[in-house]
Amino acid sequence: MKLSTTLLAATVLAASSAMAEPVAPADVQFDEYGAVAESLTGQPGDPENGAMVMKTKSIGNCISCHEITALNDAPFHGEIGPTLDGVADRWSEAEIRGIVSNAKNTYPGTMMPAYYKVDGFVRPGNAYTGKAPEGPLDPLLSAQQIEDVVAFLVTLKEQ
Amino acid sequence: MKFNAMTAVAAVMLAVPGVASAGPDDDKLIINGETEIVTKAPLPAHMEDLNMDMIMSGWHFRSDETQVLEMDDFDNPGMVFVEIAQEQWDTVEGSEGKSCASCHEGPESMTGVRAVYPKWNEDAGEVRTLAMQINACREENMGAEPYEYTGGQMANMEALIALQSRGMPVNVAIDGPAKETWEKGKEIYYTRYGQLELSCANCHEDNYGNMIRADHLSQGQVNGFPTYRLKNTKLNTVHGRFKGCVRDTRAETFTPGGEEFVALELYVASRGNGLSVEGPSVRN
Ligand code: HEC
Ligand code: HEC
Repeated sequence: MKLSTTLLAATVLAASSAMAEPVAPADVQFDEYGAVAESLTGQPGDPENGAMVMKTKSIGNCISCHEITALNDAPFHGEIGPTLDGVADRWSEAEIRGIVSNAKNTYPGTMMPAYYKVDGFVRPGNAYTGKAPEGPLDPLLSAQQIEDVVAFLVTLKEQ
Repeated sequence: MKFNAMTAVAAVMLAVPGVASAGPDDDKLIINGETEIVTKAPLPAHMEDLNMDMIMSGWHFRSDETQVLEMDDFDNPGMVFVEIAQEQWDTVEGSEGKSCASCHEGPESMTGVRAVYPKWNEDAGEVRTLAMQINACREENMGAEPYEYTGGQMANMEALIALQSRGMPVNVAIDGPAKETWEKGKEIYYTRYGQLELSCANCHEDNYGNMIRADHLSQGQVNGFPTYRLKNTKLNTVHGRFKGCVRDTRAETFTPGGEEFVALELYVASRGNGLSVEGPSVRN
C-alpha cells in the first residue's frame, strides 16, 4: 500500500504543476466591487467557444436576456438585461469575470443568475426536471466555460 | 434601457415577419361580437404601491394571429373541451348514483362561480380552489374518484364553469379567514427559487412587456384559465402552468393541488381582481 500511495501522490503533484485545478466556486476571490482578478483555470479562454456558450439555450443561454450584435446569427435576443455591445469599454476583464461568475456581487439583487455558484439556493432542482437534485449541484457553467465567455466578452469593444 | 428595448423590438420584428407588435397592444377583446372582456384594469388596492400602471390580461401580449382565435368561439380550440365537459356534467358516476346535474341542474347555475375562486370554505376551514371544490363534490356528494388535479377532465370541467362567468370581473376575497393563505401566496410570489434564483415577480412584475429569448412576458395573470395553448394543443390548468414556470427556474417544483400552489393561486388571482373572467382563453 505504501508504495502505491506515494506513487499516487507523486502523480497528483506532477499533474497539478502541469495544469492547476480550477478554482472551486466557494474559493473564488471577489473584491469589494465584485471583480475577480485571477483566472478560474489559469488557462487562456477560447473566445469562439465563449460565443457558442452564450448563444446555446442549453448552456449559457445569455442571449435570452441580452442583445449582442456579434451573435446575431442566433435568433431571438431578449431584452431583460442591457445590450452587451461594447461591454469591454465599460468593464475590465476582472470585472467581467466577476459579473459572469456571480453578478449578484456587482449588482445586488440583479435578475442575472450566478453562473459559478453551487449553494445557497431556495429549492434548487435537478436541472429542468422540476425534481429534487440527486447530489451536489454543478455550477451553471464550468470554470473553463466562464473563462471562454470572458475571453469573448473582452473582444466586444466599440471604441 | 428604453433605446435598447426598442432596438431589440425592431430586431425581433425584422426577424419574424408577421409579428405585428411586441408591446402590450391596445386591441379590444370582444368575444362573438357581443361579450366585452375587460383586459386592462386599474391596480387593485393591495397593489397600489407597486411600480405598475395597470393590470393586463395575457391576451394583450400575444400576436394578432393568436388573439383572433379567442374572439370567436368557432375559432377557439378550447371550446371543443367545453362540449366534452357538458357530457361529463351529465354523466352519473360514483356510489351515490349522481351527476353534477343531479344537484346543480344546468351549468348556467355556475354563473359567477369562477370569478370568486379560490375562496374560503367555512365548513372545510380552508381556502379552496375551483379544482378542489370540483373534487370535493365528486368525492363527498357523488362517491366518485377525484379527477387528476391538472388532468384533462379537470381542465374540461373548469372550462365549462369558467365560461358561465365570462366577462364578469374577477373578485376574489383576500381578507378575513383567507388572509393568512393570501399572505403565504404573496411570500411565494416574491421568493427567488431554484438555481436561477428567479421569482414570479422577476418575470411577471418587473419585466412584463419584455422579451425573454423568444417569449413575450405577460403579467402572468390567471383570469384566462384554463388556457388552450397552441404549443401543446390542449387545455392547461393554473397549477400546471405554475409548475412549468417554477421548473424553468431550475427549482424543485411544488405539487399541483398542494397548499403552496393553492396559496399562490389565491394571491395571483387577486392580482387580477377587476379583469374579466376570460376562460377558456387561447395562448401560445
Ligand atoms: C435572466 C436574465 C439574464 C441572463 C440569463 C444573463 N444576464 Fe447578464 N445581466 C442581466 C441584467 C438584468 C444585467 C444588468 C444588471 C442589473 O442592473 O441588474 C446584466 C448585466 C450583465 C453584464 C454587464 C453589462 C453592462 O454593460 O454593464 C454582463 C457582462 C453580462 N450581464 C453578461 C452575461 C453573460 C455572459 C450571461 C450568460 C452566461 C448573462 N449575462 C446572462 C440579466 C441576465
Ligand atoms: C424565467 C421567467 C419566468 C418566471 C420566473 C415565471 N414565469 Fe410565468 N411565464 C413565463 C413565460 C415566458 C410565460 C409565457 C408568456 C407569458 O404569458 O408571460 C409565462 C406564463 C405564465 C402564465 C400564463 C399567463 C397567461 O395569460 O396565460 C402564468 C399564470 C404564469 N406565468 C405565472 C407564473 C407564476 C405564478 C410564477 C412564479 C411561481 C411564474 N410565472 C414565474 C416566464 C416566467
